[in-house]
Amino acid sequence: MEKTPTRRSEFIAGVKDTFPLVLGAIPFGIIFGAVAVTGGMSPAATIGMSVFVFAGSSQFVGAGLFGQGVGAGVIILTTFVLNLRHALYGASLAPYARNLSQRWLLPLGFWLTDETYAVVIRRYQQNDTSPYKHWYFLGSSVFMYSNWQVCTIIGVVAGQQFKELANLGLDFAMVVTFIGIVVPLIVSRPMLACTLVAGIVAVLANGMPNKLGLMAAALAGIAAGMIVESLQGRKDPADQTDKNETPRTAEEPVSSL
Amino acid sequence: MTNGTEWLLILGMAVVTFGVRYPMLAIVGRLQLPDTVVRALRYVPVAVLTAIIVPAMLMPKGEIELKPSNSYLIGGIIAGLVAWRTKNLLLTIVVGMAAFLLLRAISG
Repeated sequence: MEKTPTRRSEFIAGVKDTFPLVLGAIPFGIIFGAVAVTGGMSPAATIGMSVFVFAGSSQFVGAGLFGQGVGAGVIILTTFVLNLRHALYGASLAPYARNLSQRWLLPLGFWLTDETYAVVIRRYQQNDTSPYKHWYFLGSSVFMYSNWQVCTIIGVVAGQQFKELANLGLDFAMVVTFIGIVVPLIVSRPMLACTLVAGIVAVLANGMPNKLGLMAAALAGIAAGMIVESLQGRKDPADQTDKNETPRTAEEPVSSL
Repeated sequence: MTNGTEWLLILGMAVVTFGVRYPMLAIVGRLQLPDTVVRALRYVPVAVLTAIIVPAMLMPKGEIELKPSNSYLIGGIIAGLVAWRTKNLLLTIVVGMAAFLLLRAISG
């Protein structure tokens, strides 16, 4: 940030930095729309799900289970489990959102996705004193949200036209996006340990019901990272990079390089 | 299922999703989190995203496929190398997707 940030410049920066993630979400959103309608969900409900739920992977799983005739209760529980990670994102951003009013917290909470979290946490961790970082959050959120709606509608229309579109394997877009986020974050031994353990446990626990394997793997990965960190004498797991430091508290930010 | 069930499902999914996202952001921000929790949170993105990525690459159809015809695995490895060397997200997505679609076309 070379100039003094304004509301407008923060908003635009949020949009810009979210662009690569929006690009990754495009095929994902289109495929969701197509999969949902070919699986038997009505076009209105498919679009309604994107408007009101706005959670890519749960929408995917939800529409898939719905197509298999699974009851709403089980689908809602699965959604809850899958989205538990967002509670962790919320808690991680919370120290920075301390001074925001409900007028901001309600919509920003609703819009908190993997993608926006990944972008916004980096902005908050930058050591400048911009008072408008929530506008950056807003820019990222609004861009992700509007893109998701447009892509869902395209997918619904395409799904009604070409039934085989859902089998094209564009679900890989989500995987490749997450790879692009995670790999640059592996900058220390604790982070590497976290990645290895989370990956191994995720594969071993894949058969657990309701995606509980995902939670088990995440918790194992976090534990592994913290154990290695303790063995190393509690060095900051992210202190070898210029972008990804996490301050211990909002009041005491780790200095940027 | 009827239309009513669809909308009930959406309502339920919306409530639990918002119910997970909003309270932590809004309420926990008012509290001081213990140092251990703050330390643990640093590992959250890497741990969760890795737990999604690895099974999707290794077992795209539900069973482990450690072979070159698994486009998810090879495409993911290529994307990982690009991400590691360049740290460029957009390039990772473009090269990864291109490699994946090419591999898929070849392996049929």
